[in-house]
Amino acid sequence: MSGRKARRARGTLRARHGYAFVAAYLLLLLAFGVLPAGYAIYLALTNSAGQLVGLGNFTAVAGDFRFGPAFAHIGVYLAIWLVVLVAGVVGLALALHGRMRRTTAVMRFLYYLPGALAGVASVLVWLFMLDPTVSPVGWLLNWLGYTSFAQVIVPGHLPVVLAVIAFWTGAGGWIVIMYGALNNIPDDLLEAARIDGAGPLAIARRIQIPMLRKWIAYMVILAFATGSQLFVEPQLVGEASLGAVSNSWSPNQLAYLYAFQANDFHSAAALSVDLLVLGLVCAAVIVTRSGLFNLE
Amino acid sequence: MIHIRTTLVPHAARRRRLAAAAALAAAALVLAACGKAGTPATGGTSSSAPSFKPATQNSSAPLTVWVDSTRLPGVQAYQKAHPGVKLNIVTYNGDANGSNYLQTKVELYDRAGSGWPDVVFTENVNDITWATEPGIDFAAPLNGYVPAATLAGFATNALSPCTFGGKVYCLRNDLAQDVLWYNKKLMNSFGYQVPATWQQYQALGEKVAAQHPGYIIGTVGDAWAPEVYFWASQCPANQVTAPSTLTVNTASPDCTRMASLLDTLIKDKAVSTDTVFSAGFAKNTASKVLMLVGPSWYGQTLFNAVFKTPAGQIAAAPPLAWAGDSATYTGDVGGGAWIVSAHSANLKAATALATWMTTSNAYQATAGTYPAYKAAAAAWLANQARTGYFADNVAPAFTEAAGMVWPGWSATKFSQEAIWAATVVPALTQGKTITSMLGAWQTAIRDQAQALGYTVK
Repeated sequence: MSGRKARRARGTLRARHGYAFVAAYLLLLLAFGVLPAGYAIYLALTNSAGQLVGLGNFTAVAGDFRFGPAFAHIGVYLAIWLVVLVAGVVGLALALHGRMRRTTAVMRFLYYLPGALAGVASVLVWLFMLDPTVSPVGWLLNWLGYTSFAQVIVPGHLPVVLAVIAFWTGAGGWIVIMYGALNNIPDDLLEAARIDGAGPLAIARRIQIPMLRKWIAYMVILAFATGSQLFVEPQLVGEASLGAVSNSWSPNQLAYLYAFQANDFHSAAALSVDLLVLGLVCAAVIVTRSGLFNLE
Repeated sequence: MIHIRTTLVPHAARRRRLAAAAALAAAALVLAACGKAGTPATGGTSSSAPSFKPATQNSSAPLTVWVDSTRLPGVQAYQKAHPGVKLNIVTYNGDANGSNYLQTKVELYDRAGSGWPDVVFTENVNDITWATEPGIDFAAPLNGYVPAATLAGFATNALSPCTFGGKVYCLRNDLAQDVLWYNKKLMNSFGYQVPATWQQYQALGEKVAAQHPGYIIGTVGDAWAPEVYFWASQCPANQVTAPSTLTVNTASPDCTRMASLLDTLIKDKAVSTDTVFSAGFAKNTASKVLMLVGPSWYGQTLFNAVFKTPAGQIAAAPPLAWAGDSATYTGDVGGGAWIVSAHSANLKAATALATWMTTSNAYQATAGTYPAYKAAAAAWLANQARTGYFADNVAPAFTEAAGMVWPGWSATKFSQEAIWAATVVPALTQGKTITSMLGAWQTAIRDQAQALGYTVK
């Protein structure tokens, strides 16, 4: 009887510790996540006179001539980037974990390095990389037929260019995380597979990738959210090219223009809510399909 | 960025209930809609004078001054000359190249209800149209604070982008009238005459292409190319004809004549589709610039500082005429202005600073750009002659061009530069002609203007 009580007391104590740890995060989440999102939803549903306008702001924004192109740009960009990210990160993490054990620590550090730069700084690095006249790989760009920065960043190239920048800055961190996840797979499992005659490819396909599924799902959810909310990269490339990239290339840039060029925070909020819904839907689909939160 | 974590309970009944609730909420929202959506906090674009009620004044209140790095030494000089004034100097990008920084910050301060700077320098003429919008009302009318004689001392039309409803809302820092820059040394060694008309300019360009390939007589890859070529050609691409009404007609003969002239020269490679500020241009083309139609600030800022063309080579000729036109006009690339905040608690000191910055010889005579204030401009020109950089005295060309800026190109709420750069420049980079892009340019201007509340004709 008393033993059970003691266990229960220990349990509540542990739960209390848990709550204490979560509380700090919860405060930040409320202050910088939930409250601003709530305020954005309030703004999106009202006008400057404070009247409720229903979905009026949403339909007005959807009718903007820049709305369709902005989402189309982001769509192409996400399609390229997510595929490259998943294939690249999983592939490199598996290679690091399997074949390159001796050099792996150095390689992990190298992969991670670009991610340690602040986002803006890494975009600036790429502005130089992509200008044939100053780039260290200028010969490669010249060989591809590009002699000026303007030719490299013509609108058709942008989704690819931005995907390359995003991969370079973002993939390293994920490779390190995936590597950690691979370390969590029990060695005896891999050993047993090897004894049964499975090669590295079969092990990757049948054991490692299925066991990484939740990590991949988690990465895709976050990458989708950051990708659909792209702002800094097109904004900086636009500034550097003296405007050759439209200042409403991505939906987030369009929202910025609404807020600060048209002084229309309500339409800007409606666009932000569109992006929030998009991210939530993507997350919901992936969470339910991958069983990300299943405990068993 | 918002990180999203959702906890969905995969339970069919619960999900259905949630969906029903969401549908109900959405329906309620649609039904509850009673206001009008999409109405900006401002009353749209109107040319009527905004309302102005000064804040409570305090003659010893410190001044917050926003200035770009080019004008910073001027404000520091003011502080030195007036040690009694308490200044809080903030440097920012000056809203160059269509940046919205000033607008962003002021609209945030509007929401917060405090924090506005007292005096602001901007390179962007569009900022002034925005700053006088009803609902924004950021710019204070200066008529009561700046003597009428001082206002009359500015160059003809220099204050027209500042004037709304008969009141003056800013003081122009400099003019950026377009002239014909040329390399006198190269022109002489090639045995060429400086053209006086656009027709002669085209003929000379074709000659250069044949006799000295690689040399150029102009660029169209810059964001301000429409202000250099189409403004001078009197192309009605940016004409506010009535309050909130913009006339855009890029199919007009005044536009197509310039487009086909440039297309010919681009095809001949006598006009470059690159921008003068790209790293590649400075490295490969800068030494092969024979002529360049462009603003008065090209002289020191571009040829001297960026291209590093040696002294004694560069000269300026008056704007090119169209043979057959009765009058000659030119364009204008920017030309900054000082705005005094309507929220300032020390309007007297704020206006004094703006007046000193724009009119005093102590600062303007040595500035990098051509002063909008006539007396300062005379001192500035004398000073330019003393620097010995130019091959000839630039004063006649500059003075003539200053009075030739075509008034049919308006200061709108949006940037024509951003539209040209994003619509036409990428097409030129891919080998399309300007003539083939006139329609797309028209559409882009119309869409942008309509999105900001203009009626487009």
